[in-house]
Amino acid sequence: MEFRLQLFSILVGVVLLGIIFQLMRKNRLLEQYSLLWIASAVILIVMAVWQDVWVKISSMIGILYPPSTLFLVAIICGMVIALHFSVVISGLKRQNNKLAQEMGLLRGEMESLKREKGIEQESAE
Amino acid sequence: MGRGMSDILAIIPAFNEEGAVGKVVEEIRRLRPAVDVVVIDDGSTDETADVARKAGARVISLPFNLGIGGAVQTGFKYATEKGYDVAVQVDGDGQHRPDQIPILLDALRQEGIDVVIGSRFLSSGGYTTSLVRRIGVHVFVLVNSILLKRRITDNTSGFRAYNRKAIEFLAEHYPYDYPEPESVIILGRNGFRLAEVPVLMREREHGRSSISAFWSMYYMIKVLLAIFMTLFKKYR
Repeated sequence: MEFRLQLFSILVGVVLLGIIFQLMRKNRLLEQYSLLWIASAVILIVMAVWQDVWVKISSMIGILYPPSTLFLVAIICGMVIALHFSVVISGLKRQNNKLAQEMGLLRGEMESLKREKGIEQESAE
Repeated sequence: MGRGMSDILAIIPAFNEEGAVGKVVEEIRRLRPAVDVVVIDDGSTDETADVARKAGARVISLPFNLGIGGAVQTGFKYATEKGYDVAVQVDGDGQHRPDQIPILLDALRQEGIDVVIGSRFLSSGGYTTSLVRRIGVHVFVLVNSILLKRRITDNTSGFRAYNRKAIEFLAEHYPYDYPEPESVIILGRNGFRLAEVPVLMREREHGRSSISAFWSMYYMIKVLLAIFMTLFKKYR
């Protein structure tokens, strides 16, 4: 494989790792959500360094142009991460729903308690 | 929130229905025997909550719009908390006629019935609908006939009555969006006994249906997928 592609892949992987590290350091990315990203970056670097291994893998699964294996793996990593996010979002939506319902019920309860106790309702106006 | 006098609760989901919800609440409050009314204000930006409160309903205001499923489920949670024996679900847009509620309640009193669905199609009420919708209606009848081995004619009707057992179950398991056809399957497959009775409905008085022509396809596909998935889910 072309040396320039190898160098470029390693560079991309290292920069990605650096960005992930910075985000985690500043608490903008939780560790549990960074794992897949770190794995992706490491896979990219490993593939670029040990190129003879994945050239062999390419011919094994019938890919004639070895560099496209690199793209394939990158696309699969991206898809796995996107799917993971869909799962996370579904969980958040469920929690969000529950929170909104609980909040509505509690607010109703509070307003009627206030009314029962004859406390003047504080209005925002 | 203190409870009212009745063992029956009317759950009214309402999203920006200031023009219709007041009349619905008033008509329900004129029913005998008395029915308590809770309006779930689903993040309305108009005066829905105030109108409903002035008409004499208890109002639960959600902080933002959850959609019909989340709103109705809030009603089931409220009914569970307050210990109501029976819940009647009535749309806030005025298409469900409060004078038909006793028909649902009578059917629910029959031995062994957990849920009663008010159907437009069992009666000759002259309900007009578009071609796309009619096709959709038939698809749901077909799917539910296969999966439940019985015929429910009006799967999209949200005009329903539930007993305590069903209320508690749905407080946990009511679907999020487009919940009506899916909940029929969930209930049927979890051992709840359904009955369907003919009711009269009005044409919508205010606003348009939440489902326009374009979204009908999305609606169908989403609901059918959800129904398909209910076959593989566990409800505990």
